Amino acid sequence: MMGWPGARGCLPRAGRFPGFSIAMPAVSFQHVSKSFPTKRGELHALRDVSLDVEAGEFFGLLGPNGAGKTTLISILAGLSRASSGQVLVHGKNVQSDYQAARRLLGVVPQELVFDPFFNVREALQFQSGYFGIRHNDIWINELLDGLGLADKAGANMRQLSGGMKRRVLIAQALVHKPSVIVLDEPTAGVDVELRQTLWQFISDLNKRLGSTVLLTTHYLEEAEALCGRIAMLKQGQVVALEKTSVLLSRAASNVLRFKTDAALPDDLAAQARVTGRVVQLPASDALAVERILARLRESGVAPEDIEIRKADLEDVFLDLTSAHPKGAQPAEVAP
Amino acid sequence: MNGWQALFYKEILRFWKVGFQTVAAPVITAILYLMIFGHVLEGRVQVYDSISYTAFLLPGLVMMSVLQNAFANSSSSMIQSKVMGNLVFLMLTPLSHRAWFVAYVGSSVVRGLAVGTGVLLATWWFAQPALVAPLWVLVFAILGAGLMGTLGLIAGLWAEKFDQMAAFQNFIIMPMTFLSGVFYSISSLSDFWQRMSHLNPFFYMIDGFRYGFFGVSDTSPWLSLALVASALAVVSAVALYLLRTGYKIRQ
Repeated sequence: MMGWPGARGCLPRAGRFPGFSIAMPAVSFQHVSKSFPTKRGELHALRDVSLDVEAGEFFGLLGPNGAGKTTLISILAGLSRASSGQVLVHGKNVQSDYQAARRLLGVVPQELVFDPFFNVREALQFQSGYFGIRHNDIWINELLDGLGLADKAGANMRQLSGGMKRRVLIAQALVHKPSVIVLDEPTAGVDVELRQTLWQFISDLNKRLGSTVLLTTHYLEEAEALCGRIAMLKQGQVVALEKTSVLLSRAASNVLRFKTDAALPDDLAAQARVTGRVVQLPASDALAVERILARLRESGVAPEDIEIRKADLEDVFLDLTSAHPKGAQPAEVAP
Repeated sequence: MNGWQALFYKEILRFWKVGFQTVAAPVITAILYLMIFGHVLEGRVQVYDSISYTAFLLPGLVMMSVLQNAFANSSSSMIQSKVMGNLVFLMLTPLSHRAWFVAYVGSSVVRGLAVGTGVLLATWWFAQPALVAPLWVLVFAILGAGLMGTLGLIAGLWAEKFDQMAAFQNFIIMPMTFLSGVFYSISSLSDFWQRMSHLNPFFYMIDGFRYGFFGVSDTSPWLSLALVASALAVVSAVALYLLRTGYKIRQ
């Protein structure tokens, strides 16, 4: 499993940084806007986004593709510049004080990128070197062990599978012991086993070492399982910023799910989420289920494979990110 | 270890790991030039009194190799990192624009000098030009390689695709090096082409470098030194500005 032998205490615990106030957020986005000129005019990728991630928090940034998640992360990481507003990492401005801010940040990029000239150990040694850390072999060995890469240390990056490359990306982001870890879609395109391993590894960092974790994802199951608090983005704006438990309580407590080929009556169609033959309708209690079934019978719709399930984050997500739930595209759900 | 030292070392290791392609291949190319042009033109072309054509050609070939390889080093490293996406590893670090500049240009100077030394040693068998002012040789080699390494860095930042880089190399760098007086003295040219050659910055690099071997040149080595140093200062300022503003790499 993902043990970090000797790692305890190597990462500074939240709120214990010299000169950092406990009350100071680990990451603070303040009125961040970003627009790009395009052939069709100005594209507003982010509109006045303000949110704080507290030290030691496991924070999820959710949204459909194109909502602005990666743009926001890029501005935090200094890969992109905000058109207006500012971003602070433990009070350090990512533009005017970029060197201090980047020392505190460990960013795992979304793309599986690697340098084909070097092996895993060299890649980690160079990455340490860029942060001015010379003799980092003890920590590098711990990262290699913890991420199951020890037997690949001498392998060229080209020879590694996609999952192994993903692990190296995580090791590279942690090589300078950052207090804030940013993961941009870390489990996109990753198989189930590795996804579980990564979840456990990242939770461990957060719980045992007090690292602040900022995760972007469109796997709602992932956010529900890991994140204490969630911000939802839609078209560059924050549409929800709540504790995960509060967000979940917002949803109807149950959902009635069935399959049918027939068209729904208009009143039900207005509240339904339809994916191919699958229809999902909010139904808070048994009475609501009875009413829906009766309405279907009146309209001559024959439901098949009826089931009732607990509402999940996806239901909240769709309510918030689609103005009209009917016909909305369902968010991607982890298998 | 400072961050720039790590990047400098990584850039050197990058070309050294493929040394056959980055160091040995240009040495072989230079030997072929020397054998073919030396064979065809030896005894038919006399550039300076008492200096054989092959001996005249040799410093030009050395400097041409230095310049082309310094350019190739920074430009190919930058465009590869951009296209493959691994430039992000550098962009996430606290390395300053000055650190990037020193590492990319410094490693290009090292590769240029490594190839130049290789060409000089490998061709010494064919002719042994006198080395009357070695300091001039070293100064022009370092300044020339620095200038070309910086231009390569700028081209690497500018180019978005490999074919744009190839166009830059084939339509600008190659003609300017070949027409700089590597294979001939510009005094053998017509007035018009002599004037054109004086507009070519590569001419001054080759001519100044050759002065260090023979103590003879087409133009004053001090003028060449002033022009090459000024050009280096200008392109360095441009490269530093582009790196500081994140030209084409930070949106």
